[in-house]
Amino acid sequence: MGTLPFFVYVSAFLLLPTGIVAIGALFDANNAFTLENYAHLSRSFVVKSTIDTTVVSAITAVLGAVLGSLLAYAIATGNPNGVLRRVSISASGVLAQFGGVTLAFAFIASIGPAGFVYLFAQSHGFDFYAHGIWLFEPIQGLSLVYLYFQIPLMVLVFLPALDGIKPQWREAAESLGGSTWHYWRYVAGPILFPAFLGGTLLLFANAFSAYATANALINQGAPMLAQQISNAISSEVGAAEPGFAKAIAVQMIVIVTLVTILYSLLQRRTSRWL
Amino acid sequence: MTERSGVEVRLENLVRRYGAVTALDGLSLTIAPGELVALLGPSGCGKTTALRLLAGLEQSDEGRVVIAGQDVTDLPVNKRNIGMVFQAYSLFPHMVAWENVAFGLQMRHIGTAERKKRALDMLELVGLGRYAERYANQMSGGQQQRVALARALAIQPQVLLLDEPLSALDAKVRARLRDEIRRVQLEVGTTTLFVTHDQEEALAIADRVGVMQSGRLEQLGPPTEVYSRPATPFVADFVGLTNRIPGEVKFGGVEVRGTQLPLVQKDFPTGPAVALVRPEAVSIAGDGNTSSGPLVGTVIAVAFLGAVSRVTVDLGDIIVLAQLPTSAASDHPAGSKVRLALRPDPVLVDRHD
Amino acid sequence: MAVARRGVHRTRWIRLQVFRYAAFLFAAIFFLVPIGAMLEFSTRSNSGARTLEYWKSIVTFPDLIGTVGAPGQATGIVASLELALITSVVMLVLLVPTMVWVRLKLKRLNRIVEFICLLPLTIPAIVLVVGLFPMYIWLGSNFSDSILTLALAYVVLVLPYCYRTLDSGLGAIDVKTLSEAARSLGARWEQVMWRVIAPNISNAILNATLLSVALVLGEYTIANNLLYNNLQVELVHLGRTNAGVSIAVAVASLLFAFVLLIAISFVGGRPRRARPEAATKLGAGPVQGSAG
Repeated sequence: MGTLPFFVYVSAFLLLPTGIVAIGALFDANNAFTLENYAHLSRSFVVKSTIDTTVVSAITAVLGAVLGSLLAYAIATGNPNGVLRRVSISASGVLAQFGGVTLAFAFIASIGPAGFVYLFAQSHGFDFYAHGIWLFEPIQGLSLVYLYFQIPLMVLVFLPALDGIKPQWREAAESLGGSTWHYWRYVAGPILFPAFLGGTLLLFANAFSAYATANALINQGAPMLAQQISNAISSEVGAAEPGFAKAIAVQMIVIVTLVTILYSLLQRRTSRWL
Repeated sequence: MTERSGVEVRLENLVRRYGAVTALDGLSLTIAPGELVALLGPSGCGKTTALRLLAGLEQSDEGRVVIAGQDVTDLPVNKRNIGMVFQAYSLFPHMVAWENVAFGLQMRHIGTAERKKRALDMLELVGLGRYAERYANQMSGGQQQRVALARALAIQPQVLLLDEPLSALDAKVRARLRDEIRRVQLEVGTTTLFVTHDQEEALAIADRVGVMQSGRLEQLGPPTEVYSRPATPFVADFVGLTNRIPGEVKFGGVEVRGTQLPLVQKDFPTGPAVALVRPEAVSIAGDGNTSSGPLVGTVIAVAFLGAVSRVTVDLGDIIVLAQLPTSAASDHPAGSKVRLALRPDPVLVDRHD
Repeated sequence: MAVARRGVHRTRWIRLQVFRYAAFLFAAIFFLVPIGAMLEFSTRSNSGARTLEYWKSIVTFPDLIGTVGAPGQATGIVASLELALITSVVMLVLLVPTMVWVRLKLKRLNRIVEFICLLPLTIPAIVLVVGLFPMYIWLGSNFSDSILTLALAYVVLVLPYCYRTLDSGLGAIDVKTLSEAARSLGARWEQVMWRVIAPNISNAILNATLLSVALVLGEYTIANNLLYNNLQVELVHLGRTNAGVSIAVAVASLLFAFVLLIAISFVGGRPRRARPEAATKLGAGPVQGSAG
């Protein structure tokens, strides 16, 4: 059984912690069974946090998907062995992965109150923080920063779908009397749509789970759900209610799992004819 | 399915260059209504370019394309009313067979019920009525190409264009499908241009065959003529098998290993040359044991091809292929000595190798 | 590229190029400005001139650099690099044999393995860390509380990306035939795995390793919440007191990962015949017909 090491390892470090979370949410500090932790999910700051996180995730998912797919199209229509393509894919790989901390810093350095873009604009009469420093506001600031890794992630996920479009389809569509519009509306569009939607869902899950960027950018309060979890682990309140952090975590799993299930259903649909 | 008599197609002096390379060098070709012309040649000869220019998928640098008397040179592909079958991958993967076939009709704003009916009729025509609800990836290569053919014909095009439609298929499927295509083409009567690098295909189904090399048409004629009376050495070499036997051009003909043969190219300069002799023109005159001469040699191999057999004979300095009825070939198995004879038909010669 | 004499295709091609250049221009601005800003910020001095002071002072922060030679007690950069190495090795040792085995003998397990490897995408790091917390307390008191134990969790994090990369690499070669040939010549299974299969998916292995390295170097969530001080955690600490230096390090690590990935894409860039030739012709691509 050569696969045994793999399953043992995964059980220990993936399934076990998840189990601890799922089950731990049902117990209180005295190890007595309780549903209190789940009841506490209706606390106003948790609800607000859930809503804010969903809003940010939705915005960056849709925007990231649209902009990312456009960029992917620009890459796909270029030389398949060219330098531009390699550079773009490597850059996407780095930026999609590379930890929100660096990105948060990058945005602080460019459009933060001491950033050179802001200072430059200000010296030319355009003070975009005149009504408050929105960069550190969860919805506006975080959304903009999240796009920095959402767009590359979409490029990575959508590019293979674009590469799979055969030139013969366009030529066939045209030879049968179709115009450019017809081609996109009836052929390329429908073929690419599942991949596009899948990418959007992936981006949503990605933003919803993000912790690092939020934490590095926003020091005041804990507006994102991920930060709520972190606080709940380490704060005093957390020590008194160890199951609370787990309950929030379970809520997060449920939401992300729903999205992921939708994603894999879409994948299956596409693989029917691809 | 209303029958359509075909239209005339004319390619006039088409020139197409890619940078320093000239893909088509002034190609002129007229296809009669309802005719199937095959363009045959090696890769890079310009046959696919010619097809794509006719389709409108590419633009020529010079020359005209005329369909049914109308100059369509400046017309984009989707306005030319042509039907095209590609080499591979052209079925839309997200549509089932009938939806693919109906696509052209959809582009012509024909209602769903009507176009579904017509699509199903077309699928029946190519023998795939039962596959109407299948996706491309649920069908074999041969079936996909038949659907592609149905799709191209559903719109009742003025011209049918086939770009090496059989090249991506297995040998057995190829032979069957090629006959299918010809049957359907004759039934519908559409003027057709068929591009291929497989000379057997071209000879089997075309009304006329155009052999191309380096952007030029070397010969255009019925299959029998191209085969038995090749106009140039290239055609002789490319179409069918050819023996290249050194000989000497003299006044009035060419002498090949002791045999005088009439010469096709009357003005070929005298001197050493290579005669192009078909295996069918080489016969076994008798046992080689008691004779000697330039046409005596040993049989190396006998390839059984059914009614005929191909005998490979080593004459010492060159190897010659002879094709004879199997019954005759069985008298001379591998290892036996034979004496060959050349039929006194006119031959083409080429420069000495 | 030959210039067609007549209209439709040329206009389409021009429009496509305009779109592409515009797209790349905006992308370049959006993505490079913040990085440029980081460079600017980290070289800014009070007098307005450029200075490398922050960059040079990186070495003066021992917690940031970490100490070499004391494995397990390191912090910052050294710790993260060590973690990257361990994670990559463990990941490869765990995944490659398992995936090959599944392909060869245990096809039914394919779905399960695939599902498990995709799980970490569904279970956010922040959630995982909640469950890992008590585990690491137990680990710390019974085995070791070295920062290197983070590698154990990191392997799980990189599973989705590495699985996909290795999977497409294995899909491009004929694993069955190669292993049968090797076995018939007398090879033991470890030899088949590491001397026959692995060299043939070197590209995929390289990419998987790179993804692991990039992820580990950029990992913050788990390290922070398990109270370890890896590179990113140290960066955030430092960022609160000395922005200039922390941003300099951030730029450096970003560029490092980028250069590494680019280098790999060129080194490993042998022409892959399995790839279809479709890409150039998407949409209104320049119509280059085959010349014959």
